[in-house]
Amino acid sequence: MTQTPETPEPRAPVDTGSPPGVTASATGGIGHWFANQIANLGEFAIGRVAAIGDVSLFALQTVGWIFARRQRREVLLPAFYQIGVMSLPVVALTGLFIGMVLAVQSYAQFKAIGLETRLGSVINLSLVRELGPVLAATMLAGRVGSAMAAELGTMRVTEQIDALECMGANPIYYLVVPRFLGCLILIPALTIMADFMGVLGGYLYSHLLLDIDYHHYWENSRAYVDAFDFLMGIFKSFFFGAAIALVSCHHGFHCGHGAEGVGRSATNAFVHSFVLILLLDLFLGIWLNNVHDFFRPEGPRRLL
Amino acid sequence: MPATAPLPTAHRDQAEPPLLQVEQLSVQFGQHRVLRDISLDIPAGQTLVVLGESGCGKTVLLKTLIGLVRPARGEVRFEGRSLSAMRERDLAHLRTRYGFVFQGAALFDSLTIADNIAFPLREHTRIAAAEAHEIVTSLVDEVGLPRSVLGKKPVEISGGMRKRAGLARALALDPLVILYDEPTTGLDPIMTDVINELILRVKERPRVTSVVVTHDMNTARKVADRIIMLYPLFRLSPGESQIVFAGTTADLDRSREPRIRQFVEGRAGNRLTELQDEQSLEERS
Repeated sequence: MTQTPETPEPRAPVDTGSPPGVTASATGGIGHWFANQIANLGEFAIGRVAAIGDVSLFALQTVGWIFARRQRREVLLPAFYQIGVMSLPVVALTGLFIGMVLAVQSYAQFKAIGLETRLGSVINLSLVRELGPVLAATMLAGRVGSAMAAELGTMRVTEQIDALECMGANPIYYLVVPRFLGCLILIPALTIMADFMGVLGGYLYSHLLLDIDYHHYWENSRAYVDAFDFLMGIFKSFFFGAAIALVSCHHGFHCGHGAEGVGRSATNAFVHSFVLILLLDLFLGIWLNNVHDFFRPEGPRRLL
Repeated sequence: MPATAPLPTAHRDQAEPPLLQVEQLSVQFGQHRVLRDISLDIPAGQTLVVLGESGCGKTVLLKTLIGLVRPARGEVRFEGRSLSAMRERDLAHLRTRYGFVFQGAALFDSLTIADNIAFPLREHTRIAAAEAHEIVTSLVDEVGLPRSVLGKKPVEISGGMRKRAGLARALALDPLVILYDEPTTGLDPIMTDVINELILRVKERPRVTSVVVTHDMNTARKVADRIIMLYPLFRLSPGESQIVFAGTTADLDRSREPRIRQFVEGRAGNRLTELQDEQSLEERS
């Protein structure tokens, strides 16, 4: 779209009352620079607040449409297939390697104090509480989130979203709700898969390559990892899934012009989803630890 | 640049009750104003062609007519009801009475041509699949597409076919108003005329009102009952109407107004110099 050219208004000279030796334009320049910085900061802050408000409204509309109308199988299934089934190999691979890497990195320390049979407890605890959910979500933000932003961005650029509206169909109901439900339901399921593969990877590496006795490995894992640890990771993954879907779909819907706009929205979808995953992980982790302490005032079992 | 604007009443047709009314419409995106004080009546059954150079706001006007773009000021009324005052649900229902033919066809990539054309039927009617298929087939025949394209995805067919499939989809719900956004852009001369013929045939449907946004003079001459010409705001004198021409094809040919003659005859004139001046002004600011 053509921009309206604007003639710059000539700036009137300002009497700054500056001391001798300091020119009026120099002090005016510094004052002007400070004013500009404050204005830029204000503009940035307003922009961020508006963006948060925009995403919140987008989220509210999405949740509203989940209940406003019955979901159609032919709309849901392709989205679920793309998000869930197509992500299985990459998530399984991620989980498997996290488990093995944890075994590699922890082994030397545990062996030094003669507690290598307790390796299972630290591998599986780190895996189900933190690394499984966070790394699976990160991988999915890259695979699913970027793809959703690019697909919806392309639909925006090629006016397919406008076409939906012109036919009296709501784009949030058709495009966002299936992706949101897919992420909300399937990212926790994929996290379970990542956890399972991680547990398997850690065990295989520890038993086959580090020669740790399988009985003690599993016994220690069972003693130090309980259902709360596992459920805590899964609980967090619901939030990660919702965050990935909303952030990515929002970026796709508000995509800039052309191929550059689509590329930028895909990149921003990943970056913003990742930052949000880290923030959610921190705050949910703090809150869930408090919940744990409330029900078990004796605190967590000591590993060592 | 002459300061005289055409009389606002020149584009009012009192013979027919207007189906669409545009009142003092202004649209802006951020600080960038695209349309200013546009007033326009479109009677039922008329084919209105909106001419104008790229970036003058033709497509924005078209999207405002269906409520895709919200005006900053003024309003659009359909059968006397203001689109701005409607709830989202009512607006969605009203849009089923429109058909919109997009510049790039805007067919859904993930669906076949048959599913694309059937989409409005599935969304808004309860007809059986067999009946929907029959309607889709007759629409495909009407726009001259071979039936073999029905099972193909939009990327597998040519640009001309996509445009015709887009027209078939727009006709699926038998709309009252059809909006065409640059229907012939990017097509070869023969396909351009095929699209013009199709617009004429659609015009023959009872009670169909069409608004065609184009910068193709052949299309305008062939299909228009009435023509208006928009001019980019930043090239206008303050207070001048953005509609620099309103009338019939014969009026357009008779007009001596330099801006209109320049557009109709496709002359660059001093435009390159003006564009360079605007560019340097923009860089300085």
